[in-house]
Amino acid sequence: MFNLHKFLETRSVFLLIGVLLTVSIGGLVEIAPLFYLGSTIEKVEGMRPYSPLELAGRNIYIREGCYNCHSQMIRSLRDEVERYGPYSLAAESMYDHPFQWGSKRTGPDLARVGGKYSDEWHVAHMVDPRDLVPGSIMPGYPWLLTTPAKPEGFGDFLVANRIAGVPYSDEMIDAAEADFIAQAQPDSDEAEAVAARYPKAVVRDFDANPEMVSEMDALVAYMQMLGTLVDFSVYDATGSNQR
Amino acid sequence: MIEQIRDPRSARAELFAFLGAGLVIAFAWAQIAATQDALMKVHAGIIGLSGLAALVWLLYRLIEGNDGRREKGYNDSVIRAGVIASVFWGIAGFLAGDVIAWQMVFPVLNFDLPWFSFGRLRPLHTSAVIFAFGGNVLIATSFFVVQRTCRVRLAGHMSPWFVFWGYQLFIVLAATGYLLGITQSKEYAEPEWYIDLWLTIVWVVYLLVFLITIIKRKEPHIYVANWFYLAFIVTVAMLHVVNNLAIPVSWTGTKSYILWSGVQDAMTQWWYGHNAVGFFLTAGFLGIMYYFVPKRVERPVYSYRLSIVHFWALIFTYIWAGPHHLFYTALPDWAQMLGMTFSIILWMPSWGGMINGLMTLSGAWDKLRTDPVVRMLVVSVAFYGMSTFEGPLMSIKAVNSLSHYTDWTIGHVHSGALGWVGFVSFGALYCLVPWLWNRKRLYSLRLVEWHFWVSTLGILLYITAMWVSGILQGLMWRAYDSLGFLQYSFIETVEAMHPFYMIRATGGLLFVAGSLIMAYNIWRTIRGDEATETIQHPSVASSAAMTPMPAE
Repeated sequence: MFNLHKFLETRSVFLLIGVLLTVSIGGLVEIAPLFYLGSTIEKVEGMRPYSPLELAGRNIYIREGCYNCHSQMIRSLRDEVERYGPYSLAAESMYDHPFQWGSKRTGPDLARVGGKYSDEWHVAHMVDPRDLVPGSIMPGYPWLLTTPAKPEGFGDFLVANRIAGVPYSDEMIDAAEADFIAQAQPDSDEAEAVAARYPKAVVRDFDANPEMVSEMDALVAYMQMLGTLVDFSVYDATGSNQR
Repeated sequence: MIEQIRDPRSARAELFAFLGAGLVIAFAWAQIAATQDALMKVHAGIIGLSGLAALVWLLYRLIEGNDGRREKGYNDSVIRAGVIASVFWGIAGFLAGDVIAWQMVFPVLNFDLPWFSFGRLRPLHTSAVIFAFGGNVLIATSFFVVQRTCRVRLAGHMSPWFVFWGYQLFIVLAATGYLLGITQSKEYAEPEWYIDLWLTIVWVVYLLVFLITIIKRKEPHIYVANWFYLAFIVTVAMLHVVNNLAIPVSWTGTKSYILWSGVQDAMTQWWYGHNAVGFFLTAGFLGIMYYFVPKRVERPVYSYRLSIVHFWALIFTYIWAGPHHLFYTALPDWAQMLGMTFSIILWMPSWGGMINGLMTLSGAWDKLRTDPVVRMLVVSVAFYGMSTFEGPLMSIKAVNSLSHYTDWTIGHVHSGALGWVGFVSFGALYCLVPWLWNRKRLYSLRLVEWHFWVSTLGILLYITAMWVSGILQGLMWRAYDSLGFLQYSFIETVEAMHPFYMIRATGGLLFVAGSLIMAYNIWRTIRGDEATETIQHPSVASSAAMTPMPAE
């Protein structure tokens, strides 16, 4: 065996190839099957791509590094299910490029935060977390309220997602800019179209400022839909989804 | 003296360098003209200025008549630059870490500023310590070790310098990007698509420089340290490319979407993430251990056979361990079980490396008392042993259900990062500086003692605080009262962390202080000063012994 090793350690290119082969095996075995196994690619009733405003909010969530302190993955453990709600399904992050499961809970899990708090609560909490939760150590994000969100050319963001596999239709891409604005303007004519294209989308003036669609509107729109798409009162947990 | 000879290959290399600098400038120019994205304009500006600086330097060489000349002997100038960059980025990265540690104690320190908030500074800290500090240490030491153990000059005329400066540009783009909010949110792979592409180019050149130097070697065998460096370089290339595949929203914009999604992306990310630890922070630094420990204590590596067994076992096993970041998640159970099994198996090859490093001191254990640099190296290997025991322990699913998402993970990472990676790097830097600048010895060994004790105390405060806070919070999350309700609200568990965050931040401050002591010591050594000390300087490989010219 050690004579065999003499062959490798006197021939640099063979050593390189040997290393490459050795380090390829584990990844191939663990990653490749995830692209065709039923339990990881199944479709679950209710899942849909993000609406443009939600996607913009998600971009802000990523930009501000929220994932550094908040997970979006409820593990199948009793205390987590009681604290946060039904454990997360693979399908619930199928349109997440990239995933936001996180690795640390300096703050609580956000996988099902949608609908748990009012818009006013979220806005006030973002502006100064300690106004509402005195012991919180979360940074404040007051500038989101005064920074306008950018709907211009937002169709491109949907197109990039479509190339990566998210089923945005041509209609959704064409209407991206209009939908972006309309979701924060519940009284507009286009508001109904948003709800029709993106079922369960929350159409509200999230930051209560009708003058402008702000980054706060986008972020709160995203927070308010998190974990709300799958209806767990009809979801069959004993089916192929079980893990 | 360094001789110089005219060489047509060098002239060709310089032509390529001119072309490269021109291409970089043209790219930056085109971006600035075309982009609507203000952040891209900033980055294109930085890229353009770097290209201009390279161009000016090339022209200066041309005017000075230094073009087309190839130096003989070992190429040490790029390593000297690497040593200085390592110290600089080390202090920057440690400082950023301590700043965010204090932000967790006093959230007012976020100042409600976008670029100074925890979410943007945390990736700055992790990238600065892993890639800026660790990466520069790895590039510098690998260039040093591969020349000495192959007895040839580093391959390439311009390429080693391209690797060095190209890598610094990557660091600056990544760091400024985080502050501006340019991130793809994949931990330890946050830089956006165009920065990833640039790093890929730099990394391929790095691989070529290293590999061609080995191919040209004058020794029949490839030394064990070079196996580890080679595995580190080539595996990181593979991980980086696969994990960062992305679709840019626009060729003139900063934003992209990762090709993978959901559970597939999670598995790919932690396959990458865990092996950033396994290959960047372990295999590469084991290369350092295999050269600098035997050299400093002047003993051969304990066991050649053990090094073979643990090398192949380590690189084979590490790749499988990623799923231990995803226990009880939507990742299928079979993948979780594979991750757990291989993580526990990994304990053995890791300790194989530790034993080989520690036992190299056989017959020279007295140096642990007499040479603080040896003490630093040996304690680093001890920390390696400790954290590679803790890792498999935390990879047991039942343990992980408690430890995951808590500070225990943070403590575990830092016993490895501060104790193992930090100390083995400091030890190597303390060896390298007198060798590279031709000094008889370090300015002061007493200051090395101070660095060692201040930093060790800092690490101990850090990891013990994180053990307590992590296990405490994990237990609080799952605590039930007598009526069967969850006992604590989330915010109560956050408030309970406060004293431990204070202790952690203090420990971090001590570690920063230690690195400043090192910077001072290294600066005085480079200047050629020697402190009058009562402490006896041990006889170690002198700088003269380290600089024989290779047979040319």
